Amino acid sequence: MKKALKDIFGGFGSLVTGMRITIGQFFKPTVTLQYPHQSLKMAKRFRGHIELVRDPDTGKALCFACKLCERACPSDCITVDGAKLEGAKKKSVTAYKLDFTKCSLCGSCVEACRDGAIRYSRDYNLASLNKDEFIMDLFEKLETEAKADGFVEVPKAPVAVAPQVPGLTPAPAASPIAPAMPLAAATPAAAPAPGPAAGTSGGSPA
Amino acid sequence: MIVKESLATTLVDGVPRETFVINLGPQHPATHGVLRVKLTMDGEYIVRAEPVCGYIHRMQEKMGENRTYAQYLPNTGRIDYLSAMTYTHAFVGAVERALKLQPPPRAEYIRVITSELNRISSHLVWWGAFLLDLGGFTPLLYAFDDREKILDLLEAITGARLTYSYYRFGGLCNDVDEDFLRGTREFVAHMRSRLKMYRALVTGNIILRKRIEEIGPISQELCRKYGATGPVIRGSGIAYDVRRAEPYSVYPEFDFEIPTFPETDSMARYLVRMEEIVQSLRIIEQALDKLPAGPVMAEKVPRVLKLPAGDYCYAVEAARGRFLVRIVSDGKEIPYRVKLRTPCLSNLSLFEEASQGMLLADALALMGSLDLVIPDIDR
Amino acid sequence: MTFVSNLLSYLATEPFRLVVCLLAMMAFVGLNAAYLVWVERKGAGRFQRRPGPTEAGPAGLLQPIADALKLMSKQLLVPAGVDSLLFRGAPLLVMSPALMSLAVIPFSQTLTACRLNVGLLMIFALGSVNVMAIMLGGWSSRNKYAIISAARVVSQNVAYEIPMLLVVITLVMVSGTMNLNEIVNQQQGWFWHWNICRVWVNPLMPVTFLIFFTCMLAETNRAPFDMAEAESELVAGAYTEYSGMGFGVFFMAEYANILLGCGLATALFLGGWQSPIPGLPGGVLWFLLKMYFLVFSVVWIRWTFPRTQFYGLLNLSWKILIPVSLFTLVLTSGMLKLMRHFGFGV
Repeated sequence: MKKALKDIFGGFGSLVTGMRITIGQFFKPTVTLQYPHQSLKMAKRFRGHIELVRDPDTGKALCFACKLCERACPSDCITVDGAKLEGAKKKSVTAYKLDFTKCSLCGSCVEACRDGAIRYSRDYNLASLNKDEFIMDLFEKLETEAKADGFVEVPKAPVAVAPQVPGLTPAPAASPIAPAMPLAAATPAAAPAPGPAAGTSGGSPA
Repeated sequence: MIVKESLATTLVDGVPRETFVINLGPQHPATHGVLRVKLTMDGEYIVRAEPVCGYIHRMQEKMGENRTYAQYLPNTGRIDYLSAMTYTHAFVGAVERALKLQPPPRAEYIRVITSELNRISSHLVWWGAFLLDLGGFTPLLYAFDDREKILDLLEAITGARLTYSYYRFGGLCNDVDEDFLRGTREFVAHMRSRLKMYRALVTGNIILRKRIEEIGPISQELCRKYGATGPVIRGSGIAYDVRRAEPYSVYPEFDFEIPTFPETDSMARYLVRMEEIVQSLRIIEQALDKLPAGPVMAEKVPRVLKLPAGDYCYAVEAARGRFLVRIVSDGKEIPYRVKLRTPCLSNLSLFEEASQGMLLADALALMGSLDLVIPDIDR
Repeated sequence: MTFVSNLLSYLATEPFRLVVCLLAMMAFVGLNAAYLVWVERKGAGRFQRRPGPTEAGPAGLLQPIADALKLMSKQLLVPAGVDSLLFRGAPLLVMSPALMSLAVIPFSQTLTACRLNVGLLMIFALGSVNVMAIMLGGWSSRNKYAIISAARVVSQNVAYEIPMLLVVITLVMVSGTMNLNEIVNQQQGWFWHWNICRVWVNPLMPVTFLIFFTCMLAETNRAPFDMAEAESELVAGAYTEYSGMGFGVFFMAEYANILLGCGLATALFLGGWQSPIPGLPGGVLWFLLKMYFLVFSVVWIRWTFPRTQFYGLLNLSWKILIPVSLFTLVLTSGMLKLMRHFGFGV
C-alpha cells in the first residue's frame, strides 16, 4: 500500500519534472540549419570526391599516371591513363576518370598518391537527375578550370564538363569562354606549350 | 474478420490455442534495420518469435578474401556503422599483431579517445531509437543534437561523419589538432550536464520505468548459452568487458568501472548503457590529460603488407559487445580468410527463447534493449 | 436595411438558428482540425529544438492545406472482402458524435447551439458511439493489425469512461445541474470561484480535474495512451486500411474529440467563458484562450512522454483512477451533506 502511494506520488512528480524540462526546451533557440536556404561550411579535412591538383606555375596536373591510386582503390572506381609526351621527362596524365557511383570515400587513393596529385574536394551538394554526371572526368575538369584561370594553350576540347566517351576524338571547337587580360598575357609564354597539349588532346594516347 | 485460413492451432503449454502468424519487418517502422521476425501470436501473446536475417547480407567476409589489407580497411567501418572506429580498431589491431607493429603512444591514446567518442555517439543513437520505439519522440532529437557535436569533432579530424577509416596499420591517418582537444574537453563538460537532463526527463519517468522494469529478463545462463556480450551480459550481472578480460591498446592505463546491474531486465541494460556513457567520458578525460606528444605513425611500416602465414585474432569491446576479427593468412597480400565475430548475432539469438509468452509491446522493448544493428548481424 | 434586419431576425429564430449554428460549428471544427495539425507540428518542432514546417506558406501556415489536398487527392481504396457498409460508414460514425456534442458546449453567454438541460449526459452518451465507430473501422478492415488495435481501443475506452463519468457525477453533484450553461454561470467572479478551486465542497477538486484530463487523453487515444495506433508496432492501428480522405476523416475526428474534451474541461472546471477578474467582460475569447491552453497541454504531454504499456494503461484506470474517483465521489457527497446541514448554502 505504502509502495503504491509512493509510486503514485513519485510517479506524478517525475511526470511534472519531465514536462518542465520540455517546456524549458520549447523556449530555447532552434539548433537546426534551414538547408537549402543556409549551408554548412565544410571542415578542412572533409572528404569530398577527389580532384586533380594542378601545378600553380604551369596549370597542368601534377599527376603523371603512376596508377598507384587505381591499384589502391578497393572499389575499382579510378581509371587513369597517361602518355609520355615529347620533350617531357615524366609521363603526363591524359585521362582520369572517377566513377563516383562506386566510390566509398575511403581516401585510399589520396593516401597512396606519393606526389600529392589528388586531393579531396569540398563538394557536398552533389545531387543530379542524371547518373552520367557522377562518372566524373577529373582531367577534363582540371583542364577546364585551368583554361578559365588563364592557363590556356590551345582551345581543344568542348569546354562543357560532360564526360568524354573514351576513344572518341573530341572535335576542336572555339572556346566559348573569352578570358580577359590573363590570356593575352599568358599567350606569348604559352607558345611552346601548345605542341604537347595539342598532342595530348588528340584523343586516345598512343 | 480475419480470414479463416490464416488461423492455425498450436499447442501452447500443452493447450491447443488458435494462433496466427504476423510479420514484424523486414520493413520496420521502428529503427532496427531490415530484420524480419516471424511471430506466431496467440492473441497478444507471442508463442514463437523466429528472427529471419540475411536481408542485408553484403558478403563482408568474402570481400576480405578479395582485397588487400589496406583495401579492406574501409569495409570494417561499415559492418557496424554506428561504432565504426572500434571495428576498424579490431582489424588494424589484428594486422598489427601479425606484423608485430607497435603504434606510437600518441596514436594509441588518440585511438582510445576516438573509440570512446564513437561509443558515446552509438549509445546516444541507441537511446534515442529505443525511446522512439517506446513512443517518446522527443529524446531522439535531443540525443542527436549531442551526437552532432561528436560528429563535428570527428569530422574535423577524419573528414567523415560516420564511416571514419581513420586508423592505419601502425598508427593513424593524420594527427589531431588543438581545436579537437579543446572541443573534446568542452564536449565532456557539456555531455555531463545533458546526462543530468536525460536522467530527469527519461530515466526517472514513471511511464518509462513501468515500460521497461521487469520486462524481458535475460538470465545469466541464457547469456552464456548464446554467447551474448556487451551490455546484455552486463545487465544480467556478469561483469564481462573485453577491455578488462582481454586488455588491448592502452586501456589498462585508465581508471574506469564496468557498470553491471544484476536485475537482468530491460531497465538493467538501459542503465548499463547510460553508465557506460559516464565511464567513457571519464576515460576520455584521462586520455586527454595523459596525451603524449610525438608521431602518430610507426616508423617502419612496410609498403606492401604481407602477413606471415598463420592465424591472428584481435577482440575489442564495441558498443554492442565483443567484436573479434580473425585473419587467416597464407603469406600473400590478400588474406585467406577474414572472420568477423559480431556481437549482434549472438545477442539476437537469445531473442527467440527470451520472448516466449511475452506481450508484443514487451517483446519490442526487449528487442530495443538488445541494441541490434542489423548489418552487424548479416555482415 | 429593414429587409436585412428583418431577414436576420427571422434567421435568428428556430430552426434556422440551429442550422446556422451547426454550420458554423462544422466550419469551426474543420478549421481547427486543420490548424491543430499545424499547432501540433510546430509545437513538436519547438519542443525538439527545430522549427517545424516553414516552407509551405509563411511559417508553414499553408501546410495543413497542403496536407488536406494531399489526402483528398489520394485514391479511396476499399480492400476486397471488407464489410463495405461498415468500412465506408466508420469514418462518418466517428466524426458525428464530436460534431453533435459540440452543439451543447457554451462558447459564450449567447453562443451556444443548443441549451439542453441534460447537455452533459448527451455528450457522454455520444462518446460511446465514438468507441464503437473505431472498433467497427478496425474490425471491418479485414486486417490483423487493425483488429488487434480495435480490440485495444475498446478495452481502453471502456476502462477510461468509468472514472470520467464518476468525476463528472461529482461535479454534477456540486453544481446541481447537468446544463452546461448553468454550470458556467455558477463560476462567476474571481478565478477562485472556478470549479477547479472549489475545494470547500470537494477538497480533491484539482485531483478531480487531473483525473478528468487524463481520462480525456485516454478517450481520444492521445499519447501517452495511444497504444491503439502505436506507430512502431502496428503501422497505423485501426486505420491501417484507410487511405486518403477516409484516414483524413479519422484524423479530423481525433482532433475534434480533443477540442470537445478540452472545451468540456474548460466549461466544467475552468469557468468557461467567464473572465478570471470580475471587472473584465467575459466572452468567447476567454473560452477560446482557456481551451487552447488545454489543447497546448495535450500537445505538450504528447511530445514529452513515452507510451504506456497496454496493461499499464488499464492498471492505471482500474487500479488507481477508479478508486480515487470513487473516493472523491463519496467525499464530495459527505462534504455536501455536512455543509448543507450546517447551513453553508453551497
